[in-house]
Amino acid sequence: MQVGSRSLLSGNEAIARGAVEAGVLVAVGYPGTPSTEILESIADRVDMEVRWSPNEKVALDVALGASLGGARALVTMKHVGLNVASDTYMTAAYTGVGAGLVIVVADDPGMHSSQNEQDTRAYARMGGVPLLEPSDASEAKEYTAIAFAISEEFDTPVLVRTTTRVSHNRGVVEVGSRADRPATGFVRDPAKYVMIPGHARARRPVLLERLERLTDYVEASPLTIESGDDAGFGVVTSGIAHHYVREVLPDARILKLGMSYPLPMNRIRAFSESVDRLFVVEELDPHVEDAILAAGIAVEGGTFFSRVGELSPDAVRGGFATAGILPAQPSAEAAPPTVARPPVLCPGCSHAPPFLVLKRIGAVVTGDIGCYTLAALEPLAAMDTCVAMGSSIGMAVGLAASGGAEGPVVATIGDSTFLHGGIPGLADAVYSQANITVLILDNGTVAMTGGQEHPGTGVTLQGSDTTPVNLMALCEALGVRDVRVVDPYDLAATYTALESAIAHVGPSVVITNRPCVEAPTKIRDRPFQVISEACTACQGCMTLGCPSIVWSEETYEGRRKVVIDPVTCTGCTVCVQLCPPLAIVAVPDREDAASV
Amino acid sequence: MSSSSRGLLLAGVGGQGVVLASMIVADALLRAGHDVKQSEVHGMAQRGGSVFSHIRWGSKVDSPLVPLGSAEVLAAFEWAEALRWVPYVQEGGAVVADIRTIVPPGACSDRRSWSTRYPDVDAQVFDCRHLKTRLIDATATATELGNVRAANSVILGSLAAFLDIDLLHWEAAIEGLVPRGTEEVNLAAFRAGREVADARLPRLASAPEGFSGPHEIDIRHEWCKGCDICSRVCPEYCLELDVDGKLAVVNAKACTGCRLCELLCPDFAIEIHPPPAPVVLGAPVLSR
Repeated sequence: MQVGSRSLLSGNEAIARGAVEAGVLVAVGYPGTPSTEILESIADRVDMEVRWSPNEKVALDVALGASLGGARALVTMKHVGLNVASDTYMTAAYTGVGAGLVIVVADDPGMHSSQNEQDTRAYARMGGVPLLEPSDASEAKEYTAIAFAISEEFDTPVLVRTTTRVSHNRGVVEVGSRADRPATGFVRDPAKYVMIPGHARARRPVLLERLERLTDYVEASPLTIESGDDAGFGVVTSGIAHHYVREVLPDARILKLGMSYPLPMNRIRAFSESVDRLFVVEELDPHVEDAILAAGIAVEGGTFFSRVGELSPDAVRGGFATAGILPAQPSAEAAPPTVARPPVLCPGCSHAPPFLVLKRIGAVVTGDIGCYTLAALEPLAAMDTCVAMGSSIGMAVGLAASGGAEGPVVATIGDSTFLHGGIPGLADAVYSQANITVLILDNGTVAMTGGQEHPGTGVTLQGSDTTPVNLMALCEALGVRDVRVVDPYDLAATYTALESAIAHVGPSVVITNRPCVEAPTKIRDRPFQVISEACTACQGCMTLGCPSIVWSEETYEGRRKVVIDPVTCTGCTVCVQLCPPLAIVAVPDREDAASV
Repeated sequence: MSSSSRGLLLAGVGGQGVVLASMIVADALLRAGHDVKQSEVHGMAQRGGSVFSHIRWGSKVDSPLVPLGSAEVLAAFEWAEALRWVPYVQEGGAVVADIRTIVPPGACSDRRSWSTRYPDVDAQVFDCRHLKTRLIDATATATELGNVRAANSVILGSLAAFLDIDLLHWEAAIEGLVPRGTEEVNLAAFRAGREVADARLPRLASAPEGFSGPHEIDIRHEWCKGCDICSRVCPEYCLELDVDGKLAVVNAKACTGCRLCELLCPDFAIEIHPPPAPVVLGAPVLSR
């Protein structure tokens, strides 16, 4: 990236660039949509430590440690990651920092790839930590640099909150040069860094006094921008919502908040007094609206703009139409009927066959966060719960304890999720001798977010070899007496392994050992094809839900025969094992198939 | 009242390369001197789901999202996705659609009618709001040029025909962003795409005739020894061994009559009977 150039960067790349230019030495995080690309985009820097941690709490611990060592530190995560890191987060607000510490949290309104749509701004208020909200890629870079300056000036961690539309939105960014900020060294200060009650009691007033100074800062800060000259009404807004408001009301009076905690309430009050009607447009929770109401200022917002899902230019226009500010829009023409296209497990996915077995066995399956959560959907429909990273194991222990499960209780969890939050759950299963089976779906990557390394893969984010965590030895060391590894592409072996593990009294673990077919490398073997004359259209292969297998135009006894797409088939052989008439055979030659 | 920013949409299926294609469009617009914003969603959408990308350009762009009914062009890499996103196109706007069909597995699940829920490839769906259409077979064009993987550049070429961006900027963007070593074939595909004609649409397929009702599963319990083969192979999960090892029909309505259980039973303990001929509703009832 050339210094001085104008580049098209995503919000995530711009945050990373901002950290580079701010002289950050340690950047750390756990993958999570929509935050993942921040660290990936700077993985090749030789002048920075860029690392994946096993989870967000460890990541924040690492960043806080680096900050106390005098190195500027960046930590990245998705919104739910801050729940995991919140224990450190809440007390880091007490300790303050050494060098600048910035926590980037990417929210996911609309839940494009998340289990909830919590609003990180609530954490800012809870922790007493300042929060900046960039609205596009250009601001993402600029605000990251400002966040580091605030962090050092006020001796506090700083939150930078993005949303999916900021993180995954490319815009024009001017590239600057990197500041040289060598680590200043760790300075012992037990009263500040050792949070025993006696010390922490003294730090709480420091936190509150700091918030007062931050409030003064934001009142005078150019982060709060007033624009427009239309009389009558005014709009307070922040983040991506600001652009939607400008889109539908280009001349409106707008007070844009670059820092949405603490709030510049004097600026807001003065703004409100200059307009007849005051609106707030914000995504998700009424964070700003409630604060304005609490300050005794009349404001409208939640009545017109939904708290559910993402805003959009159309939603904002609709809200202002309901409020009588804009004329009502005729509703857009409906789309012609088309087919639903939910995400599915990939062709050749090693997660699919174990879930097919679990469905046959009739297990009650507690699930977890990862690609395999898609096994909850038809036709596998073999997952009964999915709540939070690592929850599957503890929930299985509880389900077994309740005696309320009809069928064996099986927890399913991916390799990275197990290392992230599953290990304490397994310790509990051993401690309580719970009669559950834990199925660790080890595909050697964080697949859901695009194939990142983790402590079990033996490779770091920056590409060096390292010691991988041995999952089998770890489970045995925790005290699980029945641990077995199975090839998930072998349906009979998977069936036997799971049935035997379930029969074991006490906790048991089954680990599958096929790598992800898509990441970090695409795995393709000789594809398979259906001999149409032999296919009895029984639909046995269709129970797998493989996207490479679809109905053909031919039928047998009124049922649709099937056909395999030779381009997407990975040759995993699982459908072959599901075909009683032996109608599925390997394509003789890969080249022939690819040119069909 | 409306913004001066212009907009277009790219849409396709996860894995088709929509994101790279939209980066090329955004880069070409930037090179042409515009402010540009491009927004997409990844994550779950990578897993074979619907992928879309909004691109806005102008002197100063605010919203990265294109408001409904205001895109100048929609370029769809797959037929069903063209239909899904067409409401974003403005009156008199253009639709560039690849007639390629990618049937999702979920569309093959109605085992009564046996019809997929995939929409017909029929140009008439765009006969509204004075839309201009270019319905192409990009895969065929790219294959003729010697590299099926350049199909996306054919679509970009076809899209470029509806936009006022200098060829120079397109070519620089393509050269800068496609994988090394594929520049030439992608540029050739792009140029071919500018000229490409509408493809001949496939004939509409008719749904096959299926059985309308569930088959009857007839178990001879005195012959069944509870070996469990049938319940493990039934694709519709109709059969189960109960706690006493006795076979039971647990989902009678789902039987499609594939007869795997009947054919694989070592003890000839199962017979499958087709449903009676479907009753024609509204037919006159004969009175005695």
